[in-house]
This record gives sequence, structure tokens and C-alpha cells, in this order.
Amino acid sequence: MSTLSSPRTEPAGRPRTDPYAPAARRARRRSAGLGLLAWIVGIVFCLPALWMLLTSFHSEADAATNPPSFGAGLTLDSYRVFFGAGGGASPWPPLINSLTASLFSTVFVLVLALPAAYALSIKRVEKWTDVMFFFLSTKMLPVVAGLLPVYLFAKNTGMLDNIWLLVILYTSMNLPIAVWMMQSFLADVPVSIIEAAQVDGARLPTVLARVVAPVAAPGIAATALICFIFSWNELLFARVLTGVTAQTAPVFLTGFVTSQGLFLAQLCAASVVVSLPVLAAGFAAQDKLVQGLSLGAVK
Amino acid sequence: MSTSVSTPPLSPAGASRPGAPRRAGRRASGRARAWATRAPLLPALVFLIAVTQLPFVATLVISLFDWNSLAPDERGFAGLANYGSVFSDASLRESVFTTVLLTASVVIVSVVLGLLLALLLDRKFLGRGFVRTLLITPFLLVPVSAALLWKHALYNPEYGLFNGAWAWFTGLFGVSAPAQPDWISDMPLIAVEAALVWQWTPFMMLILLAGLQSRPAEIIEAAKLDGATTWQTFRFLTLPHLRRYLELGVLLGSIYIVQNFDAVFTLTSGGLGTANLPYTIYQTFYQAHEYGLASAAGVVVVIGTIVIATFALRVVSSLFSEEANRA
Repeated sequence: MSTLSSPRTEPAGRPRTDPYAPAARRARRRSAGLGLLAWIVGIVFCLPALWMLLTSFHSEADAATNPPSFGAGLTLDSYRVFFGAGGGASPWPPLINSLTASLFSTVFVLVLALPAAYALSIKRVEKWTDVMFFFLSTKMLPVVAGLLPVYLFAKNTGMLDNIWLLVILYTSMNLPIAVWMMQSFLADVPVSIIEAAQVDGARLPTVLARVVAPVAAPGIAATALICFIFSWNELLFARVLTGVTAQTAPVFLTGFVTSQGLFLAQLCAASVVVSLPVLAAGFAAQDKLVQGLSLGAVK
Repeated sequence: MSTSVSTPPLSPAGASRPGAPRRAGRRASGRARAWATRAPLLPALVFLIAVTQLPFVATLVISLFDWNSLAPDERGFAGLANYGSVFSDASLRESVFTTVLLTASVVIVSVVLGLLLALLLDRKFLGRGFVRTLLITPFLLVPVSAALLWKHALYNPEYGLFNGAWAWFTGLFGVSAPAQPDWISDMPLIAVEAALVWQWTPFMMLILLAGLQSRPAEIIEAAKLDGATTWQTFRFLTLPHLRRYLELGVLLGSIYIVQNFDAVFTLTSGGLGTANLPYTIYQTFYQAHEYGLASAAGVVVVIGTIVIATFALRVVSSLFSEEANRA
């Protein structure tokens, strides 16, 4: 059979592929080269973060050497010291404060933004674009411009060093972003499905739970993760408005650097621990990250 | 084109419903319905106005007073005197300049790098998802962590990775006394900028990558068949298509980086000529207790931001209406 088929295909196949073969091979080689380049660039770009991770597993003596000890033995000592084995301040209260501020502000943001986004996408209020741009314009007001009155207000009402003040501020900080994101996610729910459900006699709560929620759920989750990240990262408000009891993790980190000799491994461990929740949330929201960060303008 | 297709089926369906059953009390119920539609919006609006707009009004008022909290008795109306001080005070003026320089350089460099990375990632290759994850990692570090990492683990003149790696590398060639610069004191502003560029490049890359992937594939294919070179395709098709994504990246980046506090605070504590406006305002009110002056500087920042924001809103709005048309 092979003797029969090979003479028939070869003359037909050869003239067709031959002139293109070198070009295709060149293109393939070039594409493989660019793939390799992307890998190298990615690793180099991420190197500082990888170095931080590696250093956090080194002993203090190995962490602060010149030239760097790339292959030094690994240890969990820095993490143990960071979590209080060395007798320093425990990181748990700041971590719990950050968690409280981030979680509660995210919940409040969702509670306020979901109905608003509903009124701006599914059941559109008149002049809904103007309302959208009002929300966005508040995000463009520099935080620092409202800081002093907030500080004075907190001082006079005894709210200084109170984590719930941060919860309120973080809610307002993330609300515009959440409204924009969720508006774009809810607008993806086809109107025809909603109307079909209503024609079938479904009431509003049923429509929301059975029709809107399943379509919009991934977007709502991404919104929540992004709000969580922004709250967790915030430094300026936390720095000015908290002291000892309501101190958040970023504030704790800035105070972590002591003038004592060897601390680099510990500092790296602390940075890794504080960044972990954000990294986890960010990787979880990776697919919707662009849409969120560009306020829904880019899909 | 898409609007003409999508709107007609929507409006008749919507219009036919309310007209049918009841006629009596229609106006009253119409008003009630309008309020029912508006109601879900109100809590968010009221909350946002109370928490973000009222403090700014207060800032505006305080900026007209001569008010240092260390000398409470001397508080008095000062008119626009604080604004005069903002523009005549050398350190404030310098921080305006620093803010512009810092923002512009970080945004431009990270947009260029972000574009190169996006072009590299806009092709299929083995492990592309993993490389993308590697590239966005810097953006997902807590800003304070990233700044501390750069300050101590990378820039430190004695044991930082930069000098360490340089000493190791030159050591391979038998150099006994390699250059070991003190990065932060030798080039403070560049040090802050480099750390910020590292964090913001992934942001630009993500936006531009989304732009690249929204390119109509047929047109690129057609250009290739017509014999366009890679550079021609990029210059005449990709770049015009990316224009608005570039604008969006530049403007959103500017809005975030103008407000940057974390990197300046952590890396240099505003020293060595790196104090930008947010840091200077923080210092004026938190350490110098000059409430009136800090507020006036705050108002100036807001006016500057409004200028950028007006452009930003226009760009977002054009992308937004395009999305709305497509939907």
C-alpha cells in the first residue's frame, strides 16, 4: 500500500510545501526564540520577589552577605521569629486588624454597590451615565486632600485608633471601583433572560437569585477580591488614623525595621507573610483583574 | 452597526409592558416607580457624598484659615494667604516639581516596558500563563513590602542584591574592588522611580495585553497576506488600535502615582529631594501641624488632579460608550 500511495502524494506534495518550508521553519524558530525570551524576561522581572522569598528562608547570617549566598541552607527561623519566637511584638493583632478592615469594608462595599449597580445596569435610572461618572470622579479626588478633616473628626469623636473608622474609609475608597466593576458585570446579564423569567411569573428576588446571580457571580467575586486587595494595601489613612490598638499590617511593617544589625531575613519573611493574602486574592482574580483595574473600561 | 441591531428588539419589549393593564393613577405610580428605580442607588450615593465630599469641603474651608494646632490661640481667617504660601514656599514648590517628575517618569517608563512585555506575551508559547503570573507578581505585593524589599534587600550598599550580584559577577573576572554605589543616597529619585516602575509595569502590561487581544484578527491576517512587514503591521494597525488603551493606562497610572505615598514614605521618608505632594502635605499637617497650609496644598493637588481627571474621564467614557454599543 505504501508503495502505491507514496509515488502519488510525493510529486503533488513537494512543489507545494518546498518554497514555504524554510520560511515556516524560520517563523517557528523565531516564535520559539521569542517564547524563550518571554520566559527569561518574566523570570528576571520577578527576580526581586523571588529573591525576597529565598532570603526569607535563609538564616540572618546568610541573608546579609556580599556576594550573596544563593545556595545557603534553608530554615524557617525568620518566620518563627516574626511570629513572636524572638520576643518581639506579635504580628497577630495588626494582621487581624487588617483582616477586619479589609473583610468588613469589602462586605459593606458589596452591600452598597450591588443595588446601585443593579439600578445602573439592569433597571436603568434616567441619566445613569452621569451617576456613573459622579462615582468615578470621587475616586479621582486625592485621598490626601480629605485627610485632615477626617483626622480632626476622628480626634473630636474619639474614633482615632479605631479599626471601624478605617472600615468606613475603605468602604468609601472602594465603592466607586465596585460600582463601576459590577455595573459592567451586571450589564453582561442578557435582558432577554430576565424578561423571560418575569413573563414566567418569577418575582424580583427569584429573578435576582436564579437568573442574575449565576451570570454575575464570577464578576462579583472578582470585585470583592480587588476591594480586599486595595483595603489590605492601604497605608496613608492607617498611618495617620491608627496608633497601637488598630494598627494594620502595612503600618506594622513600616515600624518593623529596627536599627539592630541583622534583620533582613526577618524583614523578608514579614513582607512575604503580609503580601500572601494579596497574592492569593490577586491570582484568584487574575482573569478579571484588568477589567477591575481599568474600572470596567477594558474587558 | 451593533447599536442598530441590538436596540430595536429591546425598546418595543420594554415599551409594550407598562402601557397595557392600568390607566388610572398612572402618573402617581409612574413617579413611585421612578423612585423605586432610584432607591437602590441612594444608599451608595449618600454614603459616598458624606464620606468623600464633605471632608473636601471642610478642607476648602480650613485652607482659608491661619491654623497651627500647636498655637491654637492664633487661629484666624487668613483669606488666600495660605495659597500664597503654597506657591512661595520653596519646599512646597519643589515638591510640586518632584510630583510631576516622579509621576511622568514612572508612567512613561512603565507604559513603554508594559507595551514590550505585552507584545512578548501576545503569542502562544509553552508556559505562557505561568510567565504572565510571574510578570504580575510585583503588582500583587503589598506596596510597603515592595518598597521595603527594594530599600533593604536590593539597594542596601553593603549586602543588597544589586551590589552583591555585581560583586559576584565582577569577581568571576577577578575584579577585586568592584563599584559598590549607595543607590538611595546617590540617586534617590531614580531609586524611588525604579521601585515604582517595577510595581506599575504589570498594570500597564495587563491593560495593553487586553488591547492587543481585542485587535480584529482578520485585519492583521489580511495585512500579512498583503505582504506587510511586522513593523508596518505594528506601526499602522496595532499602534492606532492601542492608542486608547495607552491613554487609559497613562491616565489611570497618573491618577494612582500622583497620589503615591507608600514608596516615598518607606524608601526615603521624603528626604533627599524625593518628597512629593502627598508626602509633603502629610508632613505639613502630621508633623508641622500647619493645618491651614496643608489644606491649601491639598486643594492645589485636587485642582491639578482635576485637570488630569477630566482627560481620564473622557477616555474612559469613550471606551465605555464603545462597550455599550457593542453590547
